Amino acid sequence: MKVQLRNLAHARSGDKGDTANVGLIAYSDEIYPLLVREVTADRVKEHFKGIAKGNVERFELPNLSALNFLLHESLGGGGTLSLMTDAQGKTFSSALLRMEIELSEDEARLIKRQP
Amino acid sequence: MQELLRPTPRTVRPAARSRLNIMKELVRIAAGQGFWGDLLEAPVRQVEAGPVDYLMLDYLAEVTMSIMQKQKARDPNAGYARDFIPLMRRILPICVERDIRVTANAGGVNVKGCANAVRDVARDLGLGGKVRIGIVTGDDILPRLDEFLSRGIELRNMDTGAPLTTVIDRIQSANVYLGAWPMVEALKRGAQVVITGRATDTGLTLAPLIHEFGWGATDWDLLAAGTIAGHIIECGAQCSGGNCQYDWQSIPELENVGFPIAEAKADGTFVITKHDGTGGRVNVQSVKEQLVYEMGDPHEYITPDCVADFTTIHVADAGPNRVRVFGIKGKPATEFLKVSISYSAGFKAVGTLVYAWPDAYAKAQAADKILRLRLAGLGLKFDQILTEFVGINATHGPLAGEPQNEVPEVQLRVGVRGPDKNAVERFTKELAPLILTGPPAVTGFAGGRPKVEEIVAYWPALIPKENIEPAVEVIDA
Repeated sequence: MKVQLRNLAHARSGDKGDTANVGLIAYSDEIYPLLVREVTADRVKEHFKGIAKGNVERFELPNLSALNFLLHESLGGGGTLSLMTDAQGKTFSSALLRMEIELSEDEARLIKRQP
Repeated sequence: MQELLRPTPRTVRPAARSRLNIMKELVRIAAGQGFWGDLLEAPVRQVEAGPVDYLMLDYLAEVTMSIMQKQKARDPNAGYARDFIPLMRRILPICVERDIRVTANAGGVNVKGCANAVRDVARDLGLGGKVRIGIVTGDDILPRLDEFLSRGIELRNMDTGAPLTTVIDRIQSANVYLGAWPMVEALKRGAQVVITGRATDTGLTLAPLIHEFGWGATDWDLLAAGTIAGHIIECGAQCSGGNCQYDWQSIPELENVGFPIAEAKADGTFVITKHDGTGGRVNVQSVKEQLVYEMGDPHEYITPDCVADFTTIHVADAGPNRVRVFGIKGKPATEFLKVSISYSAGFKAVGTLVYAWPDAYAKAQAADKILRLRLAGLGLKFDQILTEFVGINATHGPLAGEPQNEVPEVQLRVGVRGPDKNAVERFTKELAPLILTGPPAVTGFAGGRPKVEEIVAYWPALIPKENIEPAVEVIDA
């Protein structure tokens, strides 16, 4: 079944120049491996199609049950050059939480809905 | 740096005779400002509402230095975070009374001017002779750029690889990020208030910990721990309930949000908390959200003082509004310092109009089309024209999809940028006419024409450490 990430994780995003970072934090340690399996750099790149123009990197933080994504060339030049409302990528966090991933019925039981 | 390793007996300041040279078990560092423009009452509450040992104040964003450089060009006494002075007037007496020391990168491009202003305030308050002010300089390398370039230090842009010579005639400021050690020196010499220019945000927290616990220059794990404590609290309430996605609706009393406090021990473990009786919330989730904020490669969080490894951080619930952080590992600092250079990069302007139901989105789209045709007809050239429809796609872009129902209103937001100031100026005069010459049910132009802004862009670079000599001076009020 398809599950939206907002039911599995919370997130925060920020900027470094023209690169946005999105930290995705699992609601529980049991959910984290599912994020590792499903939320790959390629899938995030596809999700942010039309926004992230450069490559997408992923880093794993099992200690925090979190993934960190770097979305290169995604902020219209970044900093003061950018004309975007969200020149600092602050809302990329909730944009990532729109993504849907495929879970088995068993896995879906781990869902902790937005408390 | 080696000399800093030797334990030096602390000078007993007149204001703090009771403070003996005994290592504290716990050092409490309170964050008072997450950026220049943050809640003005926050630092006051931090020193009044409960026990703290240090107050750290982060004032400098990446482009702040260029703004300050311009202010200083107009007035040689300006060029620092002016909010800092009235704040000191309010809190210096209680800081002296309770022996709370302050670390602040409020000095901008005029650290001495800032320190002199604080000294005058201290004297005004009758605290003359009771306050020492530490001044850390050496970060401003604007006068030395030609020297560096002539010696083959190219200061290439870390993001694009371009050499600095491509923008050399447009540079407005150039500052090295200094780390914690010059601040440690100032604290050692008895400074109650330490003022820096471009210092790392994390150094403002790390320096007091090095000073209090006698950490050494190669205690990489401890330096990394202090750095991460700094990272967690440097954005103010963003780790104590502000901008927190996790369970945001149940976070209590944000109108009275408590700014974070790091309670650190000599072994590098610490607890993130806030004063009792304040709003907001510190929990594992709020701290994790701040940990991932502006994160790059988590294995290598590079500062002048160490390289911290974020994959070693452990966080655990330690009671209501208390999160314990432990297990942090660090690696040796690199041989480089980061340089923050700002340069003039053309002009921009952004304007908006609001369209009402019915067909609000279609009207805004039609207006955008008309505007673009007029700009093209005038032969105006821009590097970029960006149109956003606020209410439809300004934040999530194409991810938001087409609106499902008819929306009550849409804000058309158009921005342009380019090297030609006249073209950008002319753009600002083409928006208002749309009200009488475009689609109907439009409003929202009461503010007048948009302002043309000079773009001051950011140029990050690296410089070998041996080229930079931080200077520390301590003056008496």
